Amino acid sequence: MSPALSVNGLTVTLGRHQAAPKVIDDLSFDVGPGEILGMVGESGAGKSLTGQAILGLLDPPLHMAGGRIEVAGERIDGLSETAMRSWRGRRIGAVFQDPMTSLNPLLTIGRQLTETIRTHLPMNAASARERAIRLLSEVGVPAPEERMGAYPHMLSGGMRQRVVLALAFACDPMLVIADEPTTALDVSIQAQIVGLLRRMCRERGASVMLITHDMGVIAECADRVAVLYGGRLAEIGPADTLLREPAHPYTQGLMASIPDMRRRVDMLPQIPGSMPRVGGAPSGCAFHPRCSRATARCRAERPDLVGHGSCLAACWMPGDPSGFRPEATHAG
Amino acid sequence: MVFMLIRAGQTAGVLLAAALVSFLLFRFVGDPVNNIVGQGASVEERAATREALGLNDPAIVQFSRFVGRAVQGEFGVSYRFSQPVADLIGQRLPATAELTLAAMLVALGLGVPLGMWTAIKPRGVLTQTLLTLSLIGVALPTFLIGIVLILVFSVWLGWLPAFGRGAVTNLGWWTTGLLTTSGLRALILPALTLGLFQMTLIMRMVRSEMLEILRSDHIRFSRARGLRRPALIYRHAFRNALTPLVTIVGLQFGNVFAFSIVVETVFQWPGLGLLVIQAIQFADVPLLAAYLLLVALTFALINLAVDLVNAVIDPRIRQEAL
Repeated sequence: MSPALSVNGLTVTLGRHQAAPKVIDDLSFDVGPGEILGMVGESGAGKSLTGQAILGLLDPPLHMAGGRIEVAGERIDGLSETAMRSWRGRRIGAVFQDPMTSLNPLLTIGRQLTETIRTHLPMNAASARERAIRLLSEVGVPAPEERMGAYPHMLSGGMRQRVVLALAFACDPMLVIADEPTTALDVSIQAQIVGLLRRMCRERGASVMLITHDMGVIAECADRVAVLYGGRLAEIGPADTLLREPAHPYTQGLMASIPDMRRRVDMLPQIPGSMPRVGGAPSGCAFHPRCSRATARCRAERPDLVGHGSCLAACWMPGDPSGFRPEATHAG
Repeated sequence: MVFMLIRAGQTAGVLLAAALVSFLLFRFVGDPVNNIVGQGASVEERAATREALGLNDPAIVQFSRFVGRAVQGEFGVSYRFSQPVADLIGQRLPATAELTLAAMLVALGLGVPLGMWTAIKPRGVLTQTLLTLSLIGVALPTFLIGIVLILVFSVWLGWLPAFGRGAVTNLGWWTTGLLTTSGLRALILPALTLGLFQMTLIMRMVRSEMLEILRSDHIRFSRARGLRRPALIYRHAFRNALTPLVTIVGLQFGNVFAFSIVVETVFQWPGLGLLVIQAIQFADVPLLAAYLLLVALTFALINLAVDLVNAVIDPRIRQEAL
């Protein structure tokens, strides 16, 4: 069975000319059927852009300069806007970060659900309405029939994100791209939405590409994890292995900077420095200026992804976290 | 329902304030007794007139009387025309109302579609041309546009009349120029002149609103839902641009109505503007006071309508008012 999503050599540039800086550089990964792939990395690593590229929603000057994107074995990059429209919302669902702004404030949520359903499925108004009510009750909106007539501003943030999830799953997509679905929510609501996303994905057999910078969300629901750094894959592998024994120093740094509830420390470990700016990538490994075990080779040659246990890591010296000590710096 | 009552109450308050200003006009522009009895009157005569006019009553009583009469459409007699002010205004109102309406139709009918077009095709040649032209439209003074139009279409080409209202039909309570060919022909140039600035304003506003909304999150999300382009542009984007548009159009409607003076002067249009400019020259206070109230009433009613329309469009406004 072909993977739900297959991204091969995706390259996104800022501008169309030859020397345009690369925002995403030769990125390849798969998402298996029914799988949840967590995509992590700090702001600007290219997580959201990857999602937008898959949806065909890159806004100029961003430009997909190369690569192949396949959904269920069918190539979807380079499709016309009209052809792409029948994929978006139909076979690829999307969840955006901020439920406060994702919904049109002037239309009832019922209208927004039924218009999505009727755009993609041959249904009359009555059966679309029925389907919309069923979706709302599936995502845990109480009194769904009454809520159909509610406007977005009458609902709380968590309720709105449930509605957004209902919209994403409205036409039984095989792939859902969830871009920071919990970032704008209260912590208590976050767990509910993550749980709901996982349940919807399992029940409906959809695959999910879950973009987040929250390692907790990843640990809770991802089957596999892809770590992005500077528009490239730093490491990818099964969630349990990758989170327990990260091979790439960057992943190790990310894991080390998660506060431990059981230990009280004065200073949280941080990864020193910041990610290179677009177009300002250093020679060799993009992470070497911030890596404590960088060698001459790291500065000169760019590492490719190599197998390390069940993971793949782009590092000349993967594993061995004992050799890597992130400098303790003042947090804040 | 509650919303409408609250808004209606606010409107009444605004009108009362406008009535106060109109009322004060009489008291600031000299002593009316002097105007009535003349220079040679004795002190007793003056006192008698003053008493007869009720000018010795407390201010609040006089104001109440003024408002009471205004509500019945009674504003006294014009100093200059020696006719009831209400009649004078009644004769002139249809001309201005028709001109205003025609101008706003021109402005909306052209401004909205052009604004949409320039937002949807931001890099097109037509867009660039329109934007440049609209700058000229905003920058040129109205009277100049009117004079140029007269020069081209009346003097050079001889297609359209240069002044007046053409033949009008009297419907008893309203005289309309819309039913005769000459009336319609006479309306074209002044309506274009008056509407041109509004059109460019509306076009530029629709464009900037649309551009902003097309960038917003919910439009991105609607695109991610795979909605078709017409649904995206009309149901989602244009609907969201309507609230600010209705507000501006309402305000401009009032402005065009109240300040069509320049265009009426250029085209010798027998409307309120022309009447008022003469009233100002002659300090015809009763006429000015009534005009002031009429303009206030127009603005208040339009704004009331704007609020109601916006409440229909935007559910958040409905809720806010409760």
